[in-house]
Amino acid sequence: MAEGENEVRWDGLCSRDSTTRETALESIRQIILRKTEYLRSIKETLYRPSDEFSNAVSLDGLNKLLAHLLMLSKRCPFKDVREKSGFILKSVEELGIRVPRPLGHGPSRFIPEKEILQVGSEDAQMHTLFADSFAALGRLDNITLVMVFHPQYLESFLKTQHYLLQMDGPLPLHYRHYIGIMAAARHRCSYLVNLHVNDFLHVGGDPKWLNGLENAPQKLQNLGELNKVLAHRPWLITKEHIEGLLKAEEHSWSLAELVHAVVLLTHYHSLASFTFGCGISPEIHCDGGHTFRPPSVSNYCICDITNGNHGVDEMQVNSAGNISTSDSFFEVEALMEKMKQLQECRDEEEASQEEMASRFEIEKRESMFVFSSDDDEVTPARDVSRHFEDTSYGYKDFSRHGMHVPTFRVQDYCWEDHGYSLVNRLYPDVGQLIDEKFHIAYNLTYNTMAMHKDVDTSMLRRAIWNYIHCMFGIRYDDYDYGEINQLLDRSFKVYIKTVVCTPEKVTKRMYDSFWRQFKHSEKVHVNLLLIEARMQAELLYALRAITRYMT
Amino acid sequence: MEKMSRVTTALSGSALTGRTMHCHLDAPANAISVCRDAAQVVVAGRSIFKIYAIEEEQFVEKLNLRVGRKPSLNLSCADVVWHQMDENLLATAATNGVVVTWNLGRPSRNKQDQLFTEHKRTVNKVCFHPTEAHVLLSGSQDGFMKCFDLRRKDSVSTFSGQSESVRDVQFSIRDYFTFASTFENGNVQLWDIRRPDRCERMFTAHNGPVFCCDWHPEDRGWLATGGRDKMVKVWDMTTHRAKEMHCVQTIASVARVKWRPECRHHLATCSMMVDHNIYVWDVRRPFVPAAMFEEHRDVTTGIAWRHPHDPSFLLSGSKDSTLCQHLFRDASQPVERANPEGLCYGLFGDLAFAAKESLVAAESGRKPYAGDRRHTIFFKRKLDPAEPFSGLASSALSVFETEPGSGSMSWFVDTAERYALAGRPLAELCDHNAKVARELGRNQVAQTWTMLRIIYCSPGLVPSANLNHSVGKGSSCGLPLMNSFNLKDMGPGLGSETRLDRSKGDARSDTALLDSSATLITNEDNEETEGSDVPADYLLGDVEGEEDELYPLDSEHVHPEEPEYVLPQEAFPLRHEIVDTPSGPEHLQDKADSPHVSGSEADAASLAPVDSSFSLLSVSHALYDSRLPPDFFSVLVRDMLRFYAEQGDVQMAVSVLIVLGERVRKDIDEQTQEHWYTSYIDLLQRFCLWNVSNEVVKLSTSRAVSCLNQASTTLHVNCSHCKRPMSSRGWVCDRCHRCASMCAVCHHVVKGLFVWCQGCSHGGHLQHIMKWLEGSSHCPAGCGHLCEYS
Repeated sequence: MAEGENEVRWDGLCSRDSTTRETALESIRQIILRKTEYLRSIKETLYRPSDEFSNAVSLDGLNKLLAHLLMLSKRCPFKDVREKSGFILKSVEELGIRVPRPLGHGPSRFIPEKEILQVGSEDAQMHTLFADSFAALGRLDNITLVMVFHPQYLESFLKTQHYLLQMDGPLPLHYRHYIGIMAAARHRCSYLVNLHVNDFLHVGGDPKWLNGLENAPQKLQNLGELNKVLAHRPWLITKEHIEGLLKAEEHSWSLAELVHAVVLLTHYHSLASFTFGCGISPEIHCDGGHTFRPPSVSNYCICDITNGNHGVDEMQVNSAGNISTSDSFFEVEALMEKMKQLQECRDEEEASQEEMASRFEIEKRESMFVFSSDDDEVTPARDVSRHFEDTSYGYKDFSRHGMHVPTFRVQDYCWEDHGYSLVNRLYPDVGQLIDEKFHIAYNLTYNTMAMHKDVDTSMLRRAIWNYIHCMFGIRYDDYDYGEINQLLDRSFKVYIKTVVCTPEKVTKRMYDSFWRQFKHSEKVHVNLLLIEARMQAELLYALRAITRYMT
Repeated sequence: MEKMSRVTTALSGSALTGRTMHCHLDAPANAISVCRDAAQVVVAGRSIFKIYAIEEEQFVEKLNLRVGRKPSLNLSCADVVWHQMDENLLATAATNGVVVTWNLGRPSRNKQDQLFTEHKRTVNKVCFHPTEAHVLLSGSQDGFMKCFDLRRKDSVSTFSGQSESVRDVQFSIRDYFTFASTFENGNVQLWDIRRPDRCERMFTAHNGPVFCCDWHPEDRGWLATGGRDKMVKVWDMTTHRAKEMHCVQTIASVARVKWRPECRHHLATCSMMVDHNIYVWDVRRPFVPAAMFEEHRDVTTGIAWRHPHDPSFLLSGSKDSTLCQHLFRDASQPVERANPEGLCYGLFGDLAFAAKESLVAAESGRKPYAGDRRHTIFFKRKLDPAEPFSGLASSALSVFETEPGSGSMSWFVDTAERYALAGRPLAELCDHNAKVARELGRNQVAQTWTMLRIIYCSPGLVPSANLNHSVGKGSSCGLPLMNSFNLKDMGPGLGSETRLDRSKGDARSDTALLDSSATLITNEDNEETEGSDVPADYLLGDVEGEEDELYPLDSEHVHPEEPEYVLPQEAFPLRHEIVDTPSGPEHLQDKADSPHVSGSEADAASLAPVDSSFSLLSVSHALYDSRLPPDFFSVLVRDMLRFYAEQGDVQMAVSVLIVLGERVRKDIDEQTQEHWYTSYIDLLQRFCLWNVSNEVVKLSTSRAVSCLNQASTTLHVNCSHCKRPMSSRGWVCDRCHRCASMCAVCHHVVKGLFVWCQGCSHGGHLQHIMKWLEGSSHCPAGCGHLCEYS
């Protein structure tokens, strides 16, 4: 059995030309059938123990193919591919081979599958987005499927991500994915790590690096420290960090490379927040996304269990929701009322300067202690901790000890005036892309709130954005931080805090317990605000350090 | 009123004195403003608000306006402005959205006068009316501009920019009621202060935020704007549409812009990020700043001309906590350091070159470097009388005219089109290409092809008549190339050996031998004066008359020996390669072995580095006779390709690379190959040889090159009815729901390949149109156009 001819090429499927896809699928079909036949023949002939190993290897190879095919049958934006790959799976099953089936409940564990757009029922604009994304990556990941609640943002997001990972830039491709892995591993986000491990190998990265950061080149190891500080305590970044990276003799980074790396790190830190914040399920073709076991055994995926989500059945959630319907109905009403009040009586009750300053300090200090009570250690599905060093360094440590976060005044260094110029100077076009993304995320609104229409939500959005920046010590002189207390209740703050600072601890309970009457799309919207605000906060600290280094 | 104020200011500005100086502030400054009397300046920042007196030798702190025990955000200033009519009146914009006015005439320590808390967000800018005593304007992050009458407690009117944030507001100096505002989304709006309902005019000035604007003090309606897109633009607002008059490209985002008094075309700018200098530009010369002040160590945040009628004093405040007074005469002038040079190609290949006269003179003195001969090979040089160049420096203008025919690249186009690169056996390809080259009169290239054939196909089977034939007809074209190559690459000693060897191969008499070594000497001399620039000059073409004079070798003498001549050269570069380039050690090692095996007795001789020309000769013959495997030549072929590429004939290098394929590819490192491919493709595309370039891309094996065909394969189509881009499908427009591209022949929608006439824009299925035009020359749509299909 020659390995060469059995090499499966998936890239033909990404073509927009249906005949190309057709031929690619046909060749995949033949390869799979050949492998299946081969396995069957081995089974039927006399059992020889020496073959066991090679047998297992080829079975493993086939299973990988089948899993990929399963993913295609569910997630390919092209109808013909979906149907055909489903058909192939069926025919393999008929031959007596065990085929996989998807685990979990759709792209997100928090959002019922029926709420999420089904591939195939999207409108033209979304289809274009899907096709673009599929053509670029050869897959339609769960993040995309959840973000498509907000297609306008998704478009900008995909464009930026595509540029960062695949277009012109100072860093080689495998470095980019490796930095993505480093950043995601910092938050133990096995979902992103898995995805990028595949991509990393695909672009020709050295598999040895994946055994741990100490196996990667010194240059990337040097980045570990920045990654750590940036993810958990970005305010501690100084120009010494930058200098250390730029002046490391043969392992030194160039300024352009560093900016690229910083953008990638912040992008993946915040994407990890999104992944946990929306409970993104593992991809179907990755570990934990599918099972070969027959359906009767268990209904839960491993991640559900480890996140303490077991026993949370759809039914229970619904009944719980019903009981408190009146309660949560008032929640929305009360929020609307507060917004109205704030709008009206802003001028009347003028807080003194000291009052304003102390409000910020109070909010900042309180944000330290806002934490969910359950602090069970999460064991990641894949051992991701080897991708970073110093596992003990996290946000948790200092929040317990109440470390002081210095105040960063946005009027002195803001994204629009300073950060943008610096990024665009060192990594052309990216400043523009990120700027657009920030703008879309910040200004996105449908003027709705739960069941209400024509609501001006700008105040609420600004409160969320500024609350996140407040947690990072970033202060807007022209904002009254008292508003945050009025608009964001405790369970919401807990959720925001957890998603932004320790995303790995987000549970379905947290997701369900804030804004109970709001739609899932609105909760995803909140997540978009969270990740963009977080990314901007991290970027601001990193870029300020770079600016200080340069002056 | 206006007149009066101008008179008063003009009077007080008669005698300004001072020097370039700076003083340390306690904190970074955000903005500065000058008092009307030009003797005081106010500095404002997050934690500083002070008035300094400008004295002859130094700044003297006069007043600290930050009083009170507790720091208040009201004092955290984003901007400050001093009234130009009233010396006691100041206004600041606070980062928390408060506008504060200050009255220096108040007897108490606290000079704070009024507090306007109407803005919801940071106020970015405040501006007093230039002639009205009580009118103050503010622009804020919340997207509103407010006009205050200082005699009242709150704003008189509010202007909504319908946008995220206002970055700058400026009253027009000449038009009483007009003010301009700039926005973060790139727009500039003009307002009439009496009409708060909507703006008079709006246009997009920059890509990204417009940080600042300034009205011209003299010219009515001139507005300068500066933006994050690193540009300063000057607009003429007097016309119906705002017209962009000048555009200055800076190196960083523009934070402030201020017209220079008394100098109509000058303005000063400073940047918000990265660049710390202040520049003064002459907007008519947008590439080099007229003056540059380099005192600051961090970004400059505020600039102000000290007096509205004195162009020589500039004040600036910076994030590095200093306040500076710059004197124009102390500024550094980048123009002086620049070497003004201009270079331009004419339509027919003429080249004009202008440079500072002193430079040209100096250069012509250095013979070995520039060498006039370089030009005269191709160009006649006419030195025009020196022309004055905008009064700054006199410069020399040289025009190099192309001699008729010599600059023509028709050989390139012909060669590219007629070469066969693949699809036939190697021998045929070589023969074909040799024939093409010969027909175009490029005999050296033709020879090379023939030799390649000999090396890689059937050695020795090429009739010698064939060679002689081509030689007999050859002009001197290829010859100088060979000469310069020899001398450069092999050094004089080696060169003479090959020369000897060459003549021997030709079986000439001793006299001939002497002859050629004699020429060699003259050549050597030439080379030394020439320097290394020479080969590139030859590339452009078939140089005739003069070449023969320079290299008076007779052509018969040189050409026939080329096949032999290449062989002896082998022995030396081979060893050099092994030592010098460790890039491909395995291959080279292999090749180094092969001669040892095949030419056994030649071995010893070739190992001895330079003994005598005669021993070398015998070696060469031995090698040639023993029919070496083609591998043996690969180093030589590689050198040959390198040589062609270095000469600029990258066409030859790439063609051979493609034709020989695997046989030579491994000897040349990927990067070089890629470089050749890309330059050749670039050339082809410049000559519009799209098909050839595509073929080359297809045939290339370099990954980076072949993926050129994969990039940007999307074809963007606009709907033929509504002219909007069609995003989802190429044939149905989403907006007007019509099928855009109908076939003129079958009247169906074209979903695949669509061909259309560029004359009448009718078209349809490729097949249909082709068929139609076989039978008729008129457009199938019946429009009467005579379509052409090529």
